[in-house]
Amino acid sequence: MNFKNRDIISIHDFSKQELLFIIKVSKLMEKKPKPDLLKNRILATLFFEPSTRTRLSFTSAMEQLGGKVIGFASGGVTSLKKGETLWDTIKMVENYSDVIAIRHPLEGSARLAAEASSKPVLNAGDGSNQHPTQTMLDIYTIQKVKGKLENLHIGLLGDLKYGRTVHSLVTALSHFNPTFYFIAPEALQMPQSYLDELNEKKIKFFIEPNLMKVSNKLDILYATRIQKERFPDPVEYEKYRGVYRLDAALLPHIKKDLKIMHPLPRIDEIDKSLDKTEHAVYFEQAANGIHVRKALLALVLGKIR
Amino acid sequence: MTNKEVSVSAIKEGTVIDHIPSKSTFKVLEILKLEEHREIISIATNLDSKKIGKKGIIKVGGRSLTKEEVDKIALIAPNATVNIIKDYEVKKKLRVAVPDELENIIKCSNPNCITNNEKTDTKFYVVKGFPIKVKCHYCERVMEKEDIKLV
Repeated sequence: MNFKNRDIISIHDFSKQELLFIIKVSKLMEKKPKPDLLKNRILATLFFEPSTRTRLSFTSAMEQLGGKVIGFASGGVTSLKKGETLWDTIKMVENYSDVIAIRHPLEGSARLAAEASSKPVLNAGDGSNQHPTQTMLDIYTIQKVKGKLENLHIGLLGDLKYGRTVHSLVTALSHFNPTFYFIAPEALQMPQSYLDELNEKKIKFFIEPNLMKVSNKLDILYATRIQKERFPDPVEYEKYRGVYRLDAALLPHIKKDLKIMHPLPRIDEIDKSLDKTEHAVYFEQAANGIHVRKALLALVLGKIR
Repeated sequence: MTNKEVSVSAIKEGTVIDHIPSKSTFKVLEILKLEEHREIISIATNLDSKKIGKKGIIKVGGRSLTKEEVDKIALIAPNATVNIIKDYEVKKKLRVAVPDELENIIKCSNPNCITNNEKTDTKFYVVKGFPIKVKCHYCERVMEKEDIKLV
């Protein structure tokens, strides 16, 4: 499988075999440090929108492989303020770097950037559309903590309507015969288009607003934040904020080997008291981002085949 | 008046677009941008049609259609036929068909899509033919017929 010069834009662009290959290379990256693999290579991180985990983990991944990083962490400091188009910005940056990671508030921006650039582009989040490296680290984490990806019972909890993370995750996991439990208030349930897609693929799913009714069936519980910024009306937000709060009261109602994931940041969805339990894997999940991004950088730069 | 008389009588050379749903007849005219056209144009609409209920027909003398125009017509009149007329006779009869990809034909309905914020070409994939559903190449939003707006 040759990933040289490949853009990483959307989880829809990847087959099951390709996802498994990325997991395999990520594992290799976790096991063996390769401090000179990307020596003399430059990653440009163009973050037009703020991010902590993603940007730092891309930076750390590149530096751990001996590469250098240039870039910016907020759209406010760029020539975009002067009216420069994204296309022109990318045309300039491709001359300064070997690979580009971009986060941008507009949907489709990463695809356009990839078309402008002759260097590989990694999408680090385009508005509410895609965040493929997050999805890849999510499935890497699941593989690691469960030892498999096939035939798992997976609960997705919280904001399933607006959360791009859960949408991409559902698409990726659909390759592995999952059973999904969509746990959300009606107003924040999974969009119909995704349910149609699952029906077409004959994948089992249950819609259940009450976590306690399904909690003992789950192998993975993927919690998400109810995103304040998506609600036009603050009163609406207050209604849903805190509807799901995972704490010690949940423990008698779950399988012993249930793993709880969360893309972070969390607000109050998961109580700190769960952090020390065997169930909590969300910090490990964030750490896995490094291995997966190292794998992707090495792959698209043609250093691993 | 029979359909046959309406569809092929009057023009010597040109194009007849038949089986347009009545409500889309004027939209097809808009696509063709015939304001400056100096040859015969005749329009009939609200005609009875066994196939589609009420239909419209547009006849344009001395004019053929571009691929782009046919693609656009297919989106709003999926059952339309295009007849190419030479010497008052139908030389060729074509069914319009929605192509698999639509480039610069429609606009994305997502205001947060890059194509609505930066001057760039639009591109869509047809995910379902009837009723039509298309997916934006850039923002990946799926649009149904009621959201589809021509460029």
